[in-house]
Amino acid sequence: MGEMIKMVVVLTVLSVISGGGLKWIEEFAKPKIEAQVLENVKGPAIREILAGASNDPVESRFRIEDGEQEHTVFVGAFDGKADTVVLESEGRGYGGPIGLLVAVNVEKDQLLGVSVTTHTETPGLGAQAKDNPAFAAQFRGKPVDKPFAVTNDGGDISAISGATITSRAVVDAANRALTLYQNFKPQLTEEMQRAVK
Amino acid sequence: MAKSIAQEFTKGLWKEIAPFRLVLGLCPVLGVTTSMKNGIGMGLATTFVLLCSNILVSLLRKVIPSKVRIACYIIIIASFVIVVEQMLQAYAYDIYKSLGVFIPLIVVNCIVLGRAEAFASKNGVVPSIADGLGIGIGFTLSLAALGAVREILGTGALEGDIFGHLAYHVPNLFGASFEPFAFAIQAPGAFVCLGLMLCLMNLVPSK
Repeated sequence: MGEMIKMVVVLTVLSVISGGGLKWIEEFAKPKIEAQVLENVKGPAIREILAGASNDPVESRFRIEDGEQEHTVFVGAFDGKADTVVLESEGRGYGGPIGLLVAVNVEKDQLLGVSVTTHTETPGLGAQAKDNPAFAAQFRGKPVDKPFAVTNDGGDISAISGATITSRAVVDAANRALTLYQNFKPQLTEEMQRAVK
Repeated sequence: MAKSIAQEFTKGLWKEIAPFRLVLGLCPVLGVTTSMKNGIGMGLATTFVLLCSNILVSLLRKVIPSKVRIACYIIIIASFVIVVEQMLQAYAYDIYKSLGVFIPLIVVNCIVLGRAEAFASKNGVVPSIADGLGIGIGFTLSLAALGAVREILGTGALEGDIFGHLAYHVPNLFGASFEPFAFAIQAPGAFVCLGLMLCLMNLVPSK
């Protein structure tokens, strides 16, 4: 019996110390990782969907508060006129969270495009959401007043074959961004002018 | 004590060099050595985990009950692997991206668990440090060597840096008419190169 208790105590103590330590490490590394991701992953993706913008969208960014959550918004200006916002969103994919950037033209209430940033989907199947530009291209020019759905669920986005969960996750992430956009539209239009100098 | 500290350290560099003499830990050896840079990055990450887990396992060897020892070792190893992953992500993002899934896979690297079980759980802290460093550096050298061979065959040149420092550049070794031997940096090429290096190492008799 004594050995039994010792096993439980040792494992528990070890797990608690390990968990606590890792939490601390995570807190420490988080801002640096965010900076790296912004520079290496999101930056290029943002510049790609806002190709032709006359400003640097990564520099022209601001934050909005949605209850407890904070969202970063990137602003794109075309011909010197700020009319596009890029929102970050996340969906639950097959292998973990899928990060999605959604660019919305505020004046036309239209989607300029979406781009998958971080993901851990299966190479060749789910990873096509990022690797195959045809999938993301389906969102281009769509109006923002109607939520998206894959064809199986009665929508008009054709899913990647063999990766329905991934496709649904991307659609879900896009819808979340749209909800955010709808809820914050007045605030977004006001702040975006200020963000672009 | 049978062996001196120096012997514990040097055995990992040649006599028991893990990938070649013991043919252990081949998953990262084959998977990440498409370039010397990746090989060194992976080797150093593994060395860090190996060193830290050896120290901790050795310190706790009298406390850990033998029935749950493997579970305890895995908790220790996995924690250090997460530390390495977070740190690479924060400070060396390009290495983090090119190593990808192989960083979390250090948890199941049989060299790390093997040293914890076979060495650190039976020896004091100082020999365990020597053992961990020796095996780790031997592993790094093996990965760097295999990566260099594959990179030279596959691209004709060597180029890279170690965590943003110590940049090295070896220009095209075979002249302008060189056709890149792309097979060497593909997965089957990893097996062939590893086999040839094993074969060369076996020509040198080990005592």
